[in-house]
Amino acid sequence: MTTAATAPVRSRLPLMPYLLSAPAVLLYAVLLLVPLVATALLSLHSFSLYKGIEDVYDLANYRDIFGDSYFYEIFARTFRIAFLVTLLAAFIGAPEAYILNRMRAPWRGIFLLVALAPLLVSVISRTLGWALLFGSTGLVNQGLIGLGVTSAPLQFMYSETGIVIALTHVLMPFMMISVWASLQRLDPAIEHAAVSLGAPSLTVLRRIVLPQALPGVLSGGIITFALAASAFATPAIIGGRRLKVASTLAYDEFLNTLNWPLGAAIAVLLLIANIVIILGCNKLLERRYAEVFR
Amino acid sequence: MSRNGPAALLFHALFVIFTLAPIVVVCAVAFTSLGYLSLPTQGLSLRWFRAIAGNPEFVDAFWESLWLGLLSASLAMIFAVPCALAVARYRFPGRAALLGLLQSPLMIPPAVLGIAFLRFFTEIGLGGTFPGLVLSHVIIIMPFALRLVVAASSGMDPAIEHAAVSLGASWWQSLRRIILPLVLPGIASGWVLAFITSFDEVTMTVFIASPRTTTLPVRLFLYVQDNIDPLVAAVSAALIGLTFVAMLLLDRLYGLERLLVGPGRG
Repeated sequence: MTTAATAPVRSRLPLMPYLLSAPAVLLYAVLLLVPLVATALLSLHSFSLYKGIEDVYDLANYRDIFGDSYFYEIFARTFRIAFLVTLLAAFIGAPEAYILNRMRAPWRGIFLLVALAPLLVSVISRTLGWALLFGSTGLVNQGLIGLGVTSAPLQFMYSETGIVIALTHVLMPFMMISVWASLQRLDPAIEHAAVSLGAPSLTVLRRIVLPQALPGVLSGGIITFALAASAFATPAIIGGRRLKVASTLAYDEFLNTLNWPLGAAIAVLLLIANIVIILGCNKLLERRYAEVFR
Repeated sequence: MSRNGPAALLFHALFVIFTLAPIVVVCAVAFTSLGYLSLPTQGLSLRWFRAIAGNPEFVDAFWESLWLGLLSASLAMIFAVPCALAVARYRFPGRAALLGLLQSPLMIPPAVLGIAFLRFFTEIGLGGTFPGLVLSHVIIIMPFALRLVVAASSGMDPAIEHAAVSLGASWWQSLRRIILPLVLPGIASGWVLAFITSFDEVTMTVFIASPRTTTLPVRLFLYVQDNIDPLVAAVSAALIGLTFVAMLLLDRLYGLERLLVGPGRG
């Protein structure tokens, strides 16, 4: 995380770091831990239309979720979309980061900004752009028909394909940042050595560049997957009200059906899945590539 | 370094089109002169930008977002700066756990945070209020506020401070005259990043916003769910324009590449 260890300036004040961080820790305890624990407890309560939320403690909501193919389908869709988005982001973002890295100034800086700046544009605006491209103006379909890829317009709005394309666009900068950072560690002298020893460029790419960029692709993949699995606005706008993912399902249970305990149970499952995936993959990555992360 | 071949450049061109197309199309549609969604082939018009002024819901939501961002970013910095100094300048038991805790909001899906806050604020009587919005935003922007301050204060040479102390400066003097001025660029850019994060947040906020306290992204989201028209494209285009100006400022202030990718080696 941080750079090289700086020696403690004053060792006779061991209390200092604790005093300095106490306000933030207190803030987190009250505003983060308490609400999350309360949500976990809420997920154990029961709900009925007539009696509202009842203070019982059992796993009925979880049994409902695991026993119902409707919920299973939504969770499966969520992770299917997240997986495809991660794959696409890796296969598009990694080569593009490599191409950018080989450019000269000023193009390198300009196009790096073009690739990363969308991060600062509101997710709603970017998703709206895709809704316009897919729908009313139909530029995507006009293009596809013009290129002869398809004869009849394809359905992108309210489809998983549409969600995957828009989410890939929204999350691409995270993959680019990660791959870019790992490419910056690559010593161009090694590439030059390989070329001067007569290696064809494909071999250089496969044997020199790829192994060193891979940790960046993988850690970018973890971030992309986690963000895609918990995405809300893009699937809600492109998918419409019927094609739900885990986040939009929890939203509906909370604000439309008003079944808070069930919504809380969905939230808890989403949270656990997210943490298991992030921490699990991080552990694997660190063990496999310990020397790269140092 | 070898040059990119034609295949690489073609790939690059397609990538740039993919990246910019949705943003360009939103801006283009915003300038249509027609009463429905269309590209401005019949001539450019500002009618939809003028229409924004006639929709107080968007204007009010913009000011709400602005105040929310200003307040929560400033509050977050008050908590983040001392904490960042502790993490960057001391080695102490529990430091790794502290770092983990501080970054933890990044691992929690925003919808989950929204649900947790909705329930919590309803219980303590802050449901649907502006203070509730501010507190929840402070939590989600803390990791961003913290990161750049930590980076700025770890890069500091401890010898400078040692010199100040050996010349007789008190703890307070060295903090005020040496440490804070050196960390200031990190604080400023951390604040900007926190503000942008708060201003753009939609998923968590959509759970806890009420009709009285709605941010611009939430207002846009709810609007887009019902109908997509040139008006919402115009609001988005105006937002994109503002973002562009903010980006230029940020680039001058800190360097956009450094902000987004982190301090590089070159």
